[in-house]
Amino acid sequence: MALLKLQINNRSYEADVDGDTPLLWVLRDNLGLVGTKYGCGIAQCGACTVHVDGEPVRSCALPISAVGKAKVTTIEGLSEKGDHPVQKAWEEVDVAQCGYCQAGQIMTAAAFLKKNPKPTDAQIVETMSGNLCRCGTYHRIKEAVKSAASKTK
Amino acid sequence: MQSVEQSSRRNFLKIAAATGGGLFLGFNCSNAAALPSIVNPEALAAGAVNFNSFLTIGNDNIITIFSPNPEIGQGIKTAFPMIVAEELDADWTLVKTVQANLDTNKYERQVTGGSGAVPHSWERLRKAGATARYLLVEAASKRWNVPTSEITTEKGKVLHKSSGKSLTYGELADEASKIAIPKEVKLKDEKSFTLIGQSVRNVDNKNIITGKPLFGLDFYREGMLFALIQRPKAFGLKLKSVDSDAAKKMPGIVDVVTFGNSVAVVGKSTWQVKKAREVLKIDYEKEFDLESSADHNRIFKQLLENGEATVRRKNGNVEEAFKNAAKVITAEYQCPFLPHSPLEPMNFFAHVREDGVELVGPTQTPDRARNEAAKITGFPPEKVTVEITRQGGGFGRRLSADYAIEATHVSKMVKAPVKVVWTREDDMTGGTYRPAVRYRFEAALDKSGQMIGYKLRGVGMNSGNPTREDNFPSGAVDNLLIDSVEHKSPITTGPWRAPITNFLAYAEQSFLDEVAEAAGKDPIQFRLELFEKAKKSPAGEVKYDVDRMIAVTKLAAEKSNWGKKKGVHQGFSVYFSHRSYVAQVGEVVVEKGKPVLKNVIAAVDCGIVINKSGSLQQVRGGVVDGVGHAMYGNMTFKDGAPDQTNFNGFRLIRMSEIPEVDVHFVDNGISPTGLGEPALPPAGAAAANAFYKATKKRLRNQPFIEEEAFKSIS
Repeated sequence: MALLKLQINNRSYEADVDGDTPLLWVLRDNLGLVGTKYGCGIAQCGACTVHVDGEPVRSCALPISAVGKAKVTTIEGLSEKGDHPVQKAWEEVDVAQCGYCQAGQIMTAAAFLKKNPKPTDAQIVETMSGNLCRCGTYHRIKEAVKSAASKTK
Repeated sequence: MQSVEQSSRRNFLKIAAATGGGLFLGFNCSNAAALPSIVNPEALAAGAVNFNSFLTIGNDNIITIFSPNPEIGQGIKTAFPMIVAEELDADWTLVKTVQANLDTNKYERQVTGGSGAVPHSWERLRKAGATARYLLVEAASKRWNVPTSEITTEKGKVLHKSSGKSLTYGELADEASKIAIPKEVKLKDEKSFTLIGQSVRNVDNKNIITGKPLFGLDFYREGMLFALIQRPKAFGLKLKSVDSDAAKKMPGIVDVVTFGNSVAVVGKSTWQVKKAREVLKIDYEKEFDLESSADHNRIFKQLLENGEATVRRKNGNVEEAFKNAAKVITAEYQCPFLPHSPLEPMNFFAHVREDGVELVGPTQTPDRARNEAAKITGFPPEKVTVEITRQGGGFGRRLSADYAIEATHVSKMVKAPVKVVWTREDDMTGGTYRPAVRYRFEAALDKSGQMIGYKLRGVGMNSGNPTREDNFPSGAVDNLLIDSVEHKSPITTGPWRAPITNFLAYAEQSFLDEVAEAAGKDPIQFRLELFEKAKKSPAGEVKYDVDRMIAVTKLAAEKSNWGKKKGVHQGFSVYFSHRSYVAQVGEVVVEKGKPVLKNVIAAVDCGIVINKSGSLQQVRGGVVDGVGHAMYGNMTFKDGAPDQTNFNGFRLIRMSEIPEVDVHFVDNGISPTGLGEPALPPAGAAAANAFYKATKKRLRNQPFIEEEAFKSIS
């Protein structure tokens, strides 16, 4: 066990956990940030996607000891009021069925659009195919990413 | 374990240290709002006037509508309140939807399964809304001293148009609640609906997109312990001995307890418990045969040949028909096991106290969880409360109460609040699968290509009857025999979205495509002739509505421009399940020498559509689910253990693999029928029949990717 200092959503946190604990479980069990979801634990489904220094990362497979001083953003910190263009598009397109995978989808899309503000359909599909949605809301995820892209400056 | 936030809001999360192996204090929180906990639904409407089990109206005009049925992604938490709000003439922007706890005194059928919620509750919900509206109108009539016939309601207001008077529902709520409830209440003319049939967004959208605690796995409670359970690694094994010494010494571990064949590691965090579980030393012994998929394949074929079959339906003289046939077509179809794979794995919270039991979590059958907990603890069921969380998918898996039973056992044994968590591997290897099934079909055609005989034998596994003997084509063939043979397997099985029909529809609709081809007929024309036969001279009882079958068939043909698209290979499928009718056309295009499923056109008759947005997505999602599992879903066994343990081995469909899905609803004003499942069963055959057109290769087994025919073409 070691006391680790973490920068999450522009706040400082400390967690006394074993270094091999995945960031996902520190967020959920230690810090009460449960918006980041557990789906598979082996970086296959993307439900646990967060941003680490702006890059989309599968938090289930990232040991907390490797996070260091990096800045972590979770769904709770993506925007102050839930009004990030991607979040707004998700609401307007009415994407969610059960909703469990959507935080990971949104985090993947937000990081993607930051780097590729004007993506082609093929780029959207290629990127978003890394995230599973068991309900099959893929059509609307694609539509929402396109909609957010058109509104992202 | 210690974790202190250092920002200006120092008290946001303050976690007390747990020293030694004693009581874990978990979140010791000075600001309760920061705790990811799900509040008591009743408290959300505190101070408001209670009209009935379904709604309260506050003096602030907020109408709280309770949705009793578990929400697993089928949209019931949005659709149910819409029905109440419609009859109430509520202002939807002032409606708050709350998931009700289990309350069998207030609500009937608090179950999610069988696409049955809306059909069951349609009248009840309408009456709940209409009754409240009646009381509000009566109250206004009294206050204004005008007859109720002069009073109208609109968007949360009661109006007297001739005098220009108006009052909000909130202003009238107290008075209205004192008026006697009428025995009968008039419901709206369905043509005058203003909310039902519109697109209304998921009521939980805002919480979903901002990551609020909604799901069972998001439930945390002060002092709560975490438990992971080691279950036998193969079906057919039972526990012999456990050495938990090493596990108990691992950091954060509070206890290791055993019940049945399960060993629960209990501790202070999910990760610590997971690591400790890995060092358990457990010996198992064989209790039943350890079955492999190779065994199932052999057993299926044997049972199809010589199994003792139970007759499910018999019409006419099948032997005679086959003897006189000009042509006989025979084919066998098989599917593998499937895990449900809801993205939120199984989990449940239980707190067995001295005075009762508290259960919280994702379940499609809260009453079953309660009764099981009552049995385990000896409390009467009324001493067990069940809070239903939002659920990260269900697909039938959460009809089983096994994980709620586990949580109850563990909490009882360690005398603390406990959340049992399943890893994905636990979820995929933990059982209650869609069982493998094999069907043999035989059809007899006369010289003119009429189907004069039809035989279906199904070999099921733990499913009792793997056929739906009264579904089409029963009623349309004079000589028909449907029977089934059963294999009892120690591998646990259970309902999977559209139980039985999720594969039966595929097999039957693919086989009918083969028969149509043998008869030299267009697949749609062939089915339409059978429908006509079922209408004009039915063979035995017809338990589906033939006209509704015809209507969706024709709608799908029309919307897909059937048979008229160049370079597009179309396949047809139509199925009746869960009271609804769905026809689909799959469209395959050959790109760079490979057949690709580009589109699925779906014609759906589920009666009145409640929520256009939710319903459209329900159909699209059902098609994606049906096509995805037909193409990729494969769970195999070796010596009683699944070969696939996570999403690296078990393949789920991804965005790059889906077809476009074009949805058309039949507008016939019939009371709503099911929609959570009916779009799934026909999807696989619409795809397979289109692949056949493109490649001339039949796909008789699922998943397609394991078929030789498909391997050689894709």
